[in-house]
Amino acid sequence: MSLLRIHGLEARHGLLSAVRGIDLEIAEGERLALVGANGAGKTTLLRTLAGIHPVSAGQIVFDGVDITALSAHQRCAAGIALVPEGRRLFPAMTVEENLLVARSAGRGGSWQVDSVLEAFPQLKPKLKALASDLSGGQQQATAIGRALMTNPRLLLLDEVSLGLSPRAVQAVYDSLRTLLETRTTIILVEQDLQRTFDVADRIVCMLEGAIVAEGRAGEMSREQVMGYYFGNRPASTTRQVTTQ
Amino acid sequence: MIWANQLIQGVLLGGYYALLACGLSFMFGVMRIINLAHGSLAVVAAYLLYVVAERWEIHPLIGLVAVVPVMALFGWVLHRLVLERSARAGELVPILSTFGLAIVLDNSLFDRFGADTRSLAPYIDTLGYDSWTLPGDIILGKLPLLTLAVAVALLVGLHLLLARTALGRRIRAAAQDPDTAQLVGINARAVYAASTAIAMMTVAVAGAFMAMRATFDPYTGPQQLIFAFEAVVIGGAGSLWGTLVGGIVLGVAQSVGAQIHPQGFLIAGHVVFLVVLLARLYFAHGIRHVFRALRTRLA
Amino acid sequence: MTTPSETGSFTVQRWTGASIAAVCLLLGAQLLLALGPLLLSANLVDRLTTLFIYGILALMWNALAGYAGLVSVGQQAFFGLGAYAAVRLADAGVSAYPALLLGAVLVALVSAPISAFMLRLRGGEFAIGMWVVAELAHLLVNLDTLVQGETGTSLIALQRYTADDRRAYTYWAALVTMAVLAWLLFFMLRGKVGAAAQAIRDNEEAAASIGIRVLPSKRLIFVLSAFGCAAAGALWVATSITFQPKTYFSVQWSAYMIFMVLVGGIGTYEGPILGAVLFFTIEALFGATGVTYLIGLGATAMLFALLLPRGIWGEVEHRLGLQLLPIGYLLKFGTADREPSGPQRKRSAAATTPATPPTDRASG
Repeated sequence: MSLLRIHGLEARHGLLSAVRGIDLEIAEGERLALVGANGAGKTTLLRTLAGIHPVSAGQIVFDGVDITALSAHQRCAAGIALVPEGRRLFPAMTVEENLLVARSAGRGGSWQVDSVLEAFPQLKPKLKALASDLSGGQQQATAIGRALMTNPRLLLLDEVSLGLSPRAVQAVYDSLRTLLETRTTIILVEQDLQRTFDVADRIVCMLEGAIVAEGRAGEMSREQVMGYYFGNRPASTTRQVTTQ
Repeated sequence: MIWANQLIQGVLLGGYYALLACGLSFMFGVMRIINLAHGSLAVVAAYLLYVVAERWEIHPLIGLVAVVPVMALFGWVLHRLVLERSARAGELVPILSTFGLAIVLDNSLFDRFGADTRSLAPYIDTLGYDSWTLPGDIILGKLPLLTLAVAVALLVGLHLLLARTALGRRIRAAAQDPDTAQLVGINARAVYAASTAIAMMTVAVAGAFMAMRATFDPYTGPQQLIFAFEAVVIGGAGSLWGTLVGGIVLGVAQSVGAQIHPQGFLIAGHVVFLVVLLARLYFAHGIRHVFRALRTRLA
Repeated sequence: MTTPSETGSFTVQRWTGASIAAVCLLLGAQLLLALGPLLLSANLVDRLTTLFIYGILALMWNALAGYAGLVSVGQQAFFGLGAYAAVRLADAGVSAYPALLLGAVLVALVSAPISAFMLRLRGGEFAIGMWVVAELAHLLVNLDTLVQGETGTSLIALQRYTADDRRAYTYWAALVTMAVLAWLLFFMLRGKVGAAAQAIRDNEEAAASIGIRVLPSKRLIFVLSAFGCAAAGALWVATSITFQPKTYFSVQWSAYMIFMVLVGGIGTYEGPILGAVLFFTIEALFGATGVTYLIGLGATAMLFALLLPRGIWGEVEHRLGLQLLPIGYLLKFGTADREPSGPQRKRSAAATTPATPPTDRASG
């Protein structure tokens, strides 16, 4: 059952086309990874899905409802949550306040401050600390926790390992494991290909704003994906779907 | 002991300025907008209270029960029609649009009420001039004391709103990062509109006390705006408690200046404002640390 | 003065047919106007003088706001100080008309240290900060025994001239001042200052990072604006003879300047002039209605700020790609014209998607 359907999505930065002609379908409970070099349009795509970047053309259908015209906070209420690139915590608020402010009034769901702390125990001693006083790993944990507080059906993770030490990345992904057990639908943008292959069911490769290849994680090879990452184009212009 | 009395009067005057300025400070802290119509809106509130008092003989402080919600609604409309568009259009536009609004308000009031000065003092019995006299010839007027008390109460209220309530958290989040606030389900537009409404409620109260302590006319607004602005800047823009400090510094400066020269009242205020501005810009590091610590604790 | 730069298939032009025609027209108009006192009625000469002064104010406010990005609600400080300086100098024995110029120069000198701290403010703080400066200037001028508080004084030295002579000299002084300031701005904006101002307006930090000296650029425009407003104030006292501080330091002048520039077109060159003409016309037609006129001014300013922030000329430029006075550069690709770039244009001509797709690289 498809949770998210994107048709012909286009987005721009000023006059520059950042995302062009994206068609994508995601089933409920699926883990999709977006792979591509910087500038491929992955972050723009996530931001467009979340509603903080304008759509120039195309349609986004979430759970059968066309949400293209909805604003960001309405999409959050519908169940889409983005953990933005660079965390973007509210710096002058504590960890607890960052979590509480995201607490969804309307949507039902199981995520509370307590359950977030269970998933991210590294935050327990830091609950009353200001977000600006946290380490990178703690900030990332808070950012993910904050998104979870909105009880999302679709969680968008934008480069959660960015700028973190290997240990911090490990800690984040350990906590994500708990998340993965809840069968939340996830779209993940990740530079670390190993992590990508660990977490994702399906991998989609983007280049210059368009999808050039996709396939099940088990069936695509690392070399193939790395090739697309570095700008290799498939031999034909139709996108390659690895399905065997 | 005349200086001690002047100092006390200055502090009490500062209470009025803090009351006047807290709405301006609040709006700036939340939306980064300086509302040039702030003073004029206080005068609008004063005229509303005047009409209520004159027509139905209702004490101004009781009249506030009706006027505060009206001003809150006005604030909401102001945001949706003017401020929201202005903020989106860039940094210059809010200044221009609120300035235009001030001109429209001032002259509309003149059109409706004429040039006569009014006051709410006749409607508050003896509150306007009752006082206690302390040893040393220090006079504590009841109205000024009440003004200071209300100012502190409002500041405490705003502080609690921001620090403890869900709305307050949403306001702070939207103030710090409106885009990300949207991502976590905060309707930034509604939050800003609510903030403007809250600011206008304080403006209503300020208008009441302005009209009780002195006379006003349709063109009193700009002068009040300047006082409010000076109080905000002296105390540190964006800091609520800084506004109280700023108001008191301004009040004291003016009272002391009045003792020195007949024109000294206003001149001293402006000079102190400019001096503090200079001092803050050139000794930014030390002072900024203190104010940032204050601000992060409150924001 | 076409500078063809043959790189690939485009040329860079500064002058187009339209702009050459416009400049010639403007010069001709200014020469014609110089004949005013000889040909026109006294009433008309007076009115044109007022128009010229409004034009100066509009140009100067626009220079500050449109090119340095500094909205000031306090330029009346310099307007009043210019008038005050002229009166004071005349009282000290300086001949009337030189006193006007000297007064403006003195005020410009005074504005330099003021800029030292005011320019560190931004946005609304700068706007109201300048208003406070104006209020303080007003209060200090009131202290002068010559001025006698709000009673004011007069530019008595002007009594030496007959009414006709006075009218003519003031007219020419105003015309020359406006023309000089306008051409000065024109050449400044064509040069480095204009490019710097545009860059500062778009993104101050980025501008500084590529070596634009932000503060000196702003200061230059600040001082120029002060000079212009002071000259306008001095000219105003020459037309009205009396100097009452309350009139000259009134925030009403800022309201007028904002109206003219907003309606005319902020950040454009021709806009303020258009705005001044419109304002002058509206005042002539509706000024007598008193408060209603002021309400209309304020409401119009608001509407333009919210709905038509580019102003009339700005919209015209935007829609038609028209630029009468050659401030920017025109990029001509082969035979097809692209949109002109320069201080008025927000978009750079280079930001377009590539015309040809990238060549395929061999797959791995």
